[in-house]
Amino acid sequence: MNNVMALAGVVIKEMYRRKDFYVLFVMTALITLLLGAMRFFDNAGIVRFLKEICLVLIWISTLVIAVTTAARQIPAERESRTIFPLLAKPVRRWELVAGKFAGCWLACVITLVVFYSFFGIITASREQAWPGMIFFQAVWLHAVFLAVVVALVLLGSVVFTAQSSNATICLIVVVGILYVGRYLNRVADGLRGIGGDIVYALYFAIPHLEWYDIHNLLVNDWNGIDWVTMSGATLYGALYTGFLLLAAWMIFRHKALTV
Amino acid sequence: MNTVLEIRDLRVEFPSRELGGRAKLAVDGLNLKVESGEVFGFLGPNGAGKTTTMNVLLGFINAYGGSAWIYGVDARRSIARQRIGYLPELTYYYKFLSTEELLRFYARIFRIPHAERERRIDAVLKLVDLEAARKQLIKTYSKGMQQRVGLAQALINDPDLLILDEPTSGLDPVGRMKVRQIIQHLKKQGKTVFFSSHELGEVETVCDRVAILHEGRLLVEGKVGDLTQQYQCHLEQIFLKIIGVQAES
Repeated sequence: MNNVMALAGVVIKEMYRRKDFYVLFVMTALITLLLGAMRFFDNAGIVRFLKEICLVLIWISTLVIAVTTAARQIPAERESRTIFPLLAKPVRRWELVAGKFAGCWLACVITLVVFYSFFGIITASREQAWPGMIFFQAVWLHAVFLAVVVALVLLGSVVFTAQSSNATICLIVVVGILYVGRYLNRVADGLRGIGGDIVYALYFAIPHLEWYDIHNLLVNDWNGIDWVTMSGATLYGALYTGFLLLAAWMIFRHKALTV
Repeated sequence: MNTVLEIRDLRVEFPSRELGGRAKLAVDGLNLKVESGEVFGFLGPNGAGKTTTMNVLLGFINAYGGSAWIYGVDARRSIARQRIGYLPELTYYYKFLSTEELLRFYARIFRIPHAERERRIDAVLKLVDLEAARKQLIKTYSKGMQQRVGLAQALINDPDLLILDEPTSGLDPVGRMKVRQIIQHLKKQGKTVFFSSHELGEVETVCDRVAILHEGRLLVEGKVGDLTQQYQCHLEQIFLKIIGVQAES
């Protein structure tokens, strides 16, 4: 665990020393603050719309940060050759994969908490109320979502050679799951024969990331989710994360690294 | 003397990138032993298989046949690297870190206790003469300074065995002299140094024993003094003779 945390520390340090991260971070924070602070004659519909835009923006930014950060980790170590002095030390390859995952995920969670805090403060100051429990649930599920995404991108980074193609493919897959994943079973119902079976299999095989998006509850001030569902979603996300990381390690452990 | 490093009948092949192409034999039946306290020069022209052998010793690639042992531990196991310091030929480190931060990170990997960690960092920075620049980001360093960062990270765990892949490659004469001094200093401390180099004059000065590799095969192995006496010439001329190149007078 010592090596995993040491590696995670380096990933976090790299992230907050990169300029492109700050650009995205400051831009999102600024737009969230501006949109959240706007008043349109206190029209409830417009306020909800602005809240929705802020939350979608937070989702997009954290997704981009997670994908670009995770996609860079292992390929950049190989390209810059920093992997050689690192693996020449008593670091096992699973520790490298786990350390990269922990670093990326922790960095994303810190960013997430900051974004939601901006949004929460603005919302609370305007509405004189703060639905703390729903905020907590939204942040928690969003963090689980990011864990699955980071693990998926790390798996992609040991499969694909170019980090840009990995990032693009993973973004398409994640956005595809978010928007289409929930309808796959209906599509399968409409298909006959092997085609339907394949789509059904796909429906059950993919991680249903859309379950982790509960921004509607925050926008419409609806009630939170029961804790059994929360626990189930967390366990489901943890299982997928574990499976994806295991697959990444299985591939990476046999990779020949030539200087 | 204890055997620090042992290579038995090592064979490494790289598959061809072309469909149906023949695999390239990089190391062919290499046998080698390095004893404790020795400075061992691992020589050969480019593509001889030196770096490949080092890659096997460090677990970066798997051998097709044979085995490599470090302090009696299979080189493929990560624990075998606990007592090793490694300096790659091209030194690239996390450029967003300062030398101090980089060394702290590597010291943590070796589980060096906190108080001891700072003492070790001070000692290696003093040895490689980087104390003044310890808080600067590595990306601001010159090539010579980056090479010294490489040496500092290789020494952070006070290793018993140092594996140096062309440690003086690309350095100016002052930098080369500094590296040579460090190797001699380590030798006095009783450390074992296994290094590859093309600077044969330097090898002759600092090495106890050398091995010459060509096209993956070990051609000669022996004490530097014995070889120069046997061939009645300098190591560079011996090297050229052995690999079959006619030296110009």
